[in-house]
Amino acid sequence: MNKNFRLEIFKKASLCRNFEEQVIINVNNKNIKIPVYVSAGQEFIAAAISTICKKKKIKPLIFPQHRCHSTYLAFGGNIIKLIDELLGRESGCTKGKGGSASIHSKDINMFGHDGLMGSNGPIGVGACFATKNPTVIFLGDAAAEEDYVLGALGWASHKKLPILFIIEDNNFSILTKKSVRRNWNMKDVARAFKLEGYDIKDDPREIEKHSKFFFKKPILLNINTNRIYWHAGGGMDSNKIFDRFENEKKILGIEAIKINEYYKKNIEKLWKLQLEKQ
Amino acid sequence: MEITVRETIKKTILNHLKKNNGLILGQCLAAVGWVGGTIPELTEKEGVIELSMADVANGGIIVGAGLSNRRPIYVIRYQGFNWFNAPIILNYACKSKELWDVPCPIFIRGIAMEGSIGPVAGSSHHSLYYRMPGVKIISPMTPKEYNLAYKSFMNEEEVYYVSEHRASYDNKKELADFLSNDVDIIIFSISITRFEAQKVRDILEKENLKIGIANILWIKPFEIKKKWLQTLKNSKFGGIILDDDFESGVASDMAYKLMKLSKKKVEVMGLKNKSAGFSRKSDNLPPNKEEIITKIKEIIKKNVDYKNTL
Repeated sequence: MNKNFRLEIFKKASLCRNFEEQVIINVNNKNIKIPVYVSAGQEFIAAAISTICKKKKIKPLIFPQHRCHSTYLAFGGNIIKLIDELLGRESGCTKGKGGSASIHSKDINMFGHDGLMGSNGPIGVGACFATKNPTVIFLGDAAAEEDYVLGALGWASHKKLPILFIIEDNNFSILTKKSVRRNWNMKDVARAFKLEGYDIKDDPREIEKHSKFFFKKPILLNINTNRIYWHAGGGMDSNKIFDRFENEKKILGIEAIKINEYYKKNIEKLWKLQLEKQ
Repeated sequence: MEITVRETIKKTILNHLKKNNGLILGQCLAAVGWVGGTIPELTEKEGVIELSMADVANGGIIVGAGLSNRRPIYVIRYQGFNWFNAPIILNYACKSKELWDVPCPIFIRGIAMEGSIGPVAGSSHHSLYYRMPGVKIISPMTPKEYNLAYKSFMNEEEVYYVSEHRASYDNKKELADFLSNDVDIIIFSISITRFEAQKVRDILEKENLKIGIANILWIKPFEIKKKWLQTLKNSKFGGIILDDDFESGVASDMAYKLMKLSKKKVEVMGLKNKSAGFSRKSDNLPPNKEEIITKIKEIIKKNVDYKNTL
């Protein structure tokens, strides 16, 4: 992968990570009073997919899961509106009604999630069928188990829709591991439905490698990733989790460090300014 | 020339596909007579879309199509299939406008029928939708009413649950209310029970009983017409609601609203509190004319007996 492209992805990931760090701070100091589902640790998925879409000059329909801050930010959602949303304000991207899990933005074609796990699977398929627009559907590894997601995968395959199913596989449904819940994987399920299906890491190089056929036919990428914080809120599962963000920062060196310092400083400033408006 | 409800539906759908870039989606649309002859015999390219048999997913696919604003028509061949089809419609499409300011108009054709078809396929299930916000429910039984349902849908941005009944498909006639200030009892009837209500009136009028009739087309919002209320208030023995759904659903809620406004007693007759089987013996059918007449006579007798004790 070209280094500049990798840095572009890192920029988006840095935006997402620093945003989430501020979310955690503001959950802990009780400025945020609603349940939050932070995507720290998983941000390279949205960062890579959105950068690839940008390169392909495609503005897809986006159907996110509930853990969606990074999806919103990486695809260009307005950061101030997201801060306001988490603070429950009418100026938020979902007018203060969506909270953390139901973020919506007409500007970036992102459709809010209703809280019914995996419902965005069939909804995204229906929207793609009716419009024939390229569509990205983000699902967690637990939501992907919903029977209606499987039905939707089958129909998307049958209709050969320009859809990208992304499974953000952090191995957990709240705290229940995948191995407790099932003995199969989504790659095999996808292939059984005659979709292109792959099981990969959240390494941006691996994601890019599979982007050749994005939106040319229905594809499912099960992307293994790690959730740094708890299912909801700011607690940590463990401090020994592999952190893709830190790993990429180390590989990319001084340029990545500078990018991260820039986002850290500016996002802190934005949060401070918005909080002062309270 | 008068046309049937069946021909009206077919014509409406054809117009929707040809002129409005619409879609119609459902399971087995082309099979066994194109859903009772209500669907134009067209191809997928022309907008008739066959879905897989994954009911719950299909409900979601329809919602996605609704977000595209192509105003999809969704065919649910047996209303009881809504137990699988309704979740994503009710939790996404019906809330989308309020939560995200994105309308998701869908015209859901829920089709009822009766007779030895078991606990799920039989009868109407509009009560399933009734308790949720963001949905309108209409039960047209005549050609003009069907046209009104479609026209209203096209002029609005709501999810419409259209509670159809196969036994109305051959009907060409409009069904009139009978309202006056001197009725013995007024029947409020929904869906297929409206035809029974007319028969009951004809029979009881011969026995010198005055029966009022209010045809409930709009189930939600349930707007009580002034004349209905006036007739009920002035009636000797109150009212009775007839439904093709379980008694404890929509009909009981309507009875409560009518009683609150009129201070008159309103009884309910619908499906009994039991599961239907797959035989005539085990059917759970909507009230027929004999049962309704018996019930009305019981109500009158109770009232007369009560007055005599005073």
